Amino acid sequence: MTQKVLEVDQTNRPVAFTQDQIGWAPWLPPLEESELTERHWEGLTEASRTKSPYFMLLARDPEILGARTRTDKDIFYNPDAGLPRGERELSAAATSRFNGCIFCASVHARFATTYTKRGADVQRLLDEGVQTDIDERWNALVAASVNLTETPSAFGASDIERLRDEGLDDYAIADLIQSAAFFNWANRLMLSLGEPTPPVA
Amino acid sequence: MTHPIPDVIDFLVGPAPGLDPIRAKRAQARDNAQKSFEALFSPQDAGTVSLEERLAVATFVAGLHRDAAIAAFYGDRLAPIARQGLAAAIAEESRKAATEGPYGNYPKGPLSKENEPGLIYKAGARDVFGARLAAGLEHAHLLVFRPRDASPEALQTLLDAGWSATDIVTLSQLVAFLAFQIRVVTGFRALAAAQKTQTAAA
Repeated sequence: MTQKVLEVDQTNRPVAFTQDQIGWAPWLPPLEESELTERHWEGLTEASRTKSPYFMLLARDPEILGARTRTDKDIFYNPDAGLPRGERELSAAATSRFNGCIFCASVHARFATTYTKRGADVQRLLDEGVQTDIDERWNALVAASVNLTETPSAFGASDIERLRDEGLDDYAIADLIQSAAFFNWANRLMLSLGEPTPPVA
Repeated sequence: MTHPIPDVIDFLVGPAPGLDPIRAKRAQARDNAQKSFEALFSPQDAGTVSLEERLAVATFVAGLHRDAAIAAFYGDRLAPIARQGLAAAIAEESRKAATEGPYGNYPKGPLSKENEPGLIYKAGARDVFGARLAAGLEHAHLLVFRPRDASPEALQTLLDAGWSATDIVTLSQLVAFLAFQIRVVTGFRALAAAQKTQTAAA
């Protein structure tokens, strides 16, 4: 008897990009807390993640989850040099918008707004898409993220030149590259292992 | 087997001394990108996803990104352990299945106007791949080019082809990690090239 995927109630499912806090439900069974061994706890890295069906599903392969999490945290949270946090989040949001990950875009658009205080500009990216015209610097950051996200990638010398013209040094450019690249990882997991669910009232 | 490479991203980017201080600022990301590679391709416990399957999917995914050096990197690791005909079939298949992404459909609603049609890949050479690997390659193609088309039905197809829930997590991580690794390499190569131009001009 083959296993069956989990069914998710699709009443009021999110069908547009939003900065609201929405939920996510898995199509495959997450691990139960009682199933966790030391190896799983290490992969989860934070005990609070047992409440997240996403991380409890990824915990099925704990070594790659742990390494993925530590990669993520350094790219986005390390404040030493490089691109300001809010613009790393903008790159994550633009990448998610372009790949079509409604859930990822909601989280990282919200973070971009929190750190840049430019909620209306962030909302335009969500509403109008990655071709929207915000300002020279944000247009350059969004375009570079999108070019890197295309398959095959269209990122190259002209992106670097444009970013330098907007005042990014090589540390900041490297942060942009890693932020957009990382969301090509995250979007594919979030999109393919489950789906967004309505805001919890 | 080839001897271990200290950092695969550095290796694939090639000599770029100007990148060293930049990568050093994100040492945890660098170390854990490498640990991710090791977790996927030299796992302590491969579980029920064989190394042959892992490297076959990786070679296919790198080929879909049309990066000859990265495809050769994984292909060279696949060839010595692959069943007869597999390495050649993967190389051929990644050429036939190459297209441009992302495309696909949104859930029905205001975003439907952004739906974009594109290739729905069906694996050839099924006699070489077998049903399980063929399903894995088809899913990898979906993840690479049209991730927004992902669905519970796509996962059911994998379950029906013999991938367990845990196997599917590993397969998804592997394809998604490569989408990251290949883009970091692409971006860093471009940055290194721009640094060289700058040095030459100075």
